[in-house]
Amino acid sequence: MSTPPLKQVILAAYFPGVNNTTVWSDPRSKSQIEFSSFVHLAKTAERGKLDFFFLAEGLRLREQGGKIHDLDTVGRPDTLTVLAALAGVTTHLGLAGTLNATYHEPYEMARQLATLDHLSNGRAAWNVVTSSDAFTGENFRSGGFLDYADRYVRAGEFIETARQLWDSWAADEIVADKESGTFVRHGLPGSFAHHGAQFDISGQFNVPRSPQVHPVILQAGDSDGGRELAAQTADAIFSRHSILGPARKFYADAKGRLAKYGREWDDMKILPGVSFVLGDTPQDAAEQAHLVRRQQVSPQTAILLLEQVWNRDLSNYDAEGPLPDIDPDVSTTSIIQGRARMYPDPLKTAREWRELAEAKKLSIRELIMETSGRLTFVGTPGQVAESMNEFVQTDGSDGFVLAPHLTPTGLDGFVDTVVPLLQERGVLRTEYETTTLRGHLGLPAAGAPRARKVATA
Amino acid sequence: MGAAPLHLAVALDGTGFHPASWRDPSARPDELFTPGYWGDQAKTAERALLDFITIEDSFGLQSSKFSGPDSRTNQVRGRLDAVLIASLVAPHTAHLGLVPTANTTHTEPFHLASALSTLDYVSSGRAGWRPQVSSRLDEAAHVGRRQFPTVDRRHRDDPAAAALAGDLFEEATDTVEVVRRLWDSWEDDAIIKDQSTGRFIDRDKLHYVDFEGRFFNVKGPSIVPRPPQGNPLIAALAHSRVPWEFAASSADVVFVTPSDAADVPEWVDGIRTAERTVERSGTPLKIFADLVVFVDDDASIAADRKAWLDELDGWPMRSDAAIFTGTAAELADQLISWQAQGLDGFRLRPGVVWHDLDAIADRLVPELQRRGAFRTAYDNGTLRERLGLGRLPSRYATSAASASTQATRSVGAVG
Repeated sequence: MSTPPLKQVILAAYFPGVNNTTVWSDPRSKSQIEFSSFVHLAKTAERGKLDFFFLAEGLRLREQGGKIHDLDTVGRPDTLTVLAALAGVTTHLGLAGTLNATYHEPYEMARQLATLDHLSNGRAAWNVVTSSDAFTGENFRSGGFLDYADRYVRAGEFIETARQLWDSWAADEIVADKESGTFVRHGLPGSFAHHGAQFDISGQFNVPRSPQVHPVILQAGDSDGGRELAAQTADAIFSRHSILGPARKFYADAKGRLAKYGREWDDMKILPGVSFVLGDTPQDAAEQAHLVRRQQVSPQTAILLLEQVWNRDLSNYDAEGPLPDIDPDVSTTSIIQGRARMYPDPLKTAREWRELAEAKKLSIRELIMETSGRLTFVGTPGQVAESMNEFVQTDGSDGFVLAPHLTPTGLDGFVDTVVPLLQERGVLRTEYETTTLRGHLGLPAAGAPRARKVATA
Repeated sequence: MGAAPLHLAVALDGTGFHPASWRDPSARPDELFTPGYWGDQAKTAERALLDFITIEDSFGLQSSKFSGPDSRTNQVRGRLDAVLIASLVAPHTAHLGLVPTANTTHTEPFHLASALSTLDYVSSGRAGWRPQVSSRLDEAAHVGRRQFPTVDRRHRDDPAAAALAGDLFEEATDTVEVVRRLWDSWEDDAIIKDQSTGRFIDRDKLHYVDFEGRFFNVKGPSIVPRPPQGNPLIAALAHSRVPWEFAASSADVVFVTPSDAADVPEWVDGIRTAERTVERSGTPLKIFADLVVFVDDDASIAADRKAWLDELDGWPMRSDAAIFTGTAAELADQLISWQAQGLDGFRLRPGVVWHDLDAIADRLVPELQRRGAFRTAYDNGTLRERLGLGRLPSRYATSAASASTQATRSVGAVG
């Protein structure tokens, strides 16, 4: 019997974000906003033949205790505008951006994504998120209008509407024959109508069919509803499962849902977000990792993260000292705004943390280092390449979204040392073999050949 | 060079401003939606040492009718998002200003502010914005958020049309106000990276904009740190009193459309009157006249070229702006004589882009240079600096020096 061919490891480069995993205090850290930083990471990713570059979206600055959070990197650019500029300085790298389905509208966003797909010759991708918090809504016309329960309804209808718009120009619509004077085949190209609960729109989409027809769609939902929507609509899941055991369960569960939507096992990729620290020896890597964790969890950050569980002002506590004796405040609303809630049962978390701190004799800072933001791959380049490959070959995932902790050079070492080892194993391309992101990811072509018929009202 | 420098911009739209321009032998209609097409235009404009390019956009299909789509198949249909085109060409140019059109009627002011700040970062201080309102019913139906009354825009006296225009420009004024506040919401020195206290920013230098108006509320602050120019350039095309007043309260540059030299003073007077009406203080609007241009070595060739395109399209070209056909020397004469009537510069709309943009670069600009009327090299500096506008401090900055400048910047939102 022949062994099945090795799966290719899909790799994406995540631009370091606005939380404490991004280390700005390191002297090697550079601007989070100057374009040169984005160019550096994108070109490094393209040098390593990675699949895509990934940029998150900011819609409101985070606050804690009613004040703008000031300990982490703050300030980021508009997602699509940076991706369009990167399209001009890269040639093969996919360009993925998070865009919130709650605070964008389908017509405008579909034309921006189709534009990016044209300007990048078929490399655009959209990571779909939704939010229902009124806090973010204060920056937008619509305010905080979305019920929590409707998040996937909104996302699902948004994706469906966007794809309808992307399909609205026939593949052969543009004739552009100077001689006969026919520019478009039909009088009203791009005709569409969508009458739904979230959107009631109709007219003519004004961006012709783009190279991928449908930009690649990523989703991050982990709940049952999120997995179901992904199985129905997504090309890839940006997952949080970076520990092999749970990751394999998630992988099987998510892919197991594809068949009922008439989709193949490989039609949706699973890509957990992961971090990494490399060293010359295993000991060196462990020491580096400890150093990174200390940088990620400054004394001030340790107190702040503890406050997110305790829901109280703990600024008088010493981060190098023991945990507070008082219990978390569960009577009032959360003090954190602008990011997802991490701990559903604070009393239980506090109990567990006290036990852990007592058993291991941990200070507040050491406890936070131990319980938050685990580093996924720590080791020599050989160890990391091996673990990553094993993770993929044993169906923990189809690849990874790499989140470096340094802006913008955090991927350099990985591309210099781990990428060649993955290439040696035959699980990462040595040259790009396709031009579109769909091609890189091995996804089926999208879009009906003809424009969808518009139901007349 | 004369008393005041001449500023020159070019408007980019598809294959050019003549509706049949895509059928010109030089046209590249099958490349319209490719990155190279836009990169080539920007590089040509930069070769010509132009102040900036504008990029047209809309939320609907192009049409020969104002009211909505026209079902024609013999003109260019389809376009790409102008802000993203500007961003794409930014890394391929080093000096050229980039002024995309973006809609204020159907968009989120917060997203606009972020996108234009980001354009300013990716271009190192060359970003601008032409805010545009839309009253087209088909464009409103694309968004589904609001409905407009059916009005006949040809009759400006129609009270329904006047009311709609008033609302749309009031909303545009609010939008620019919010966008400018968001640009100012981070003081220039807000990022401190203070190792001893572990703070990345000084949050006292970030400000809520707390805008509340008829059309939307926006809390702020911006997610993007203050852009390199502080405030990217804002330019408005304005044909009558309401948009003139919008320009006077909100913009740095205004594009006007006189029909001939004798008509220029009336337009300039209209703009200056609007500035007094809205009590604009600080730098007066830079006034650019728009011209559609067909330029050839022989004036009759240019006129014949336009006539041939008119014939192909089935109609003589109609335009809000005056249409010039002639030689580069004749065009230089016209620009210099119009400028003397009170203009700061011109926005030239190439009739056929791959003929007339090249003619601007290779014929008109050298002609102006020979007369000492146009720059022979770019200075280093931002787009605002090139236009003599400089960099304004944030309106929220607390130092005394910035506070006095700031007073001149406050633009009154109508209502």
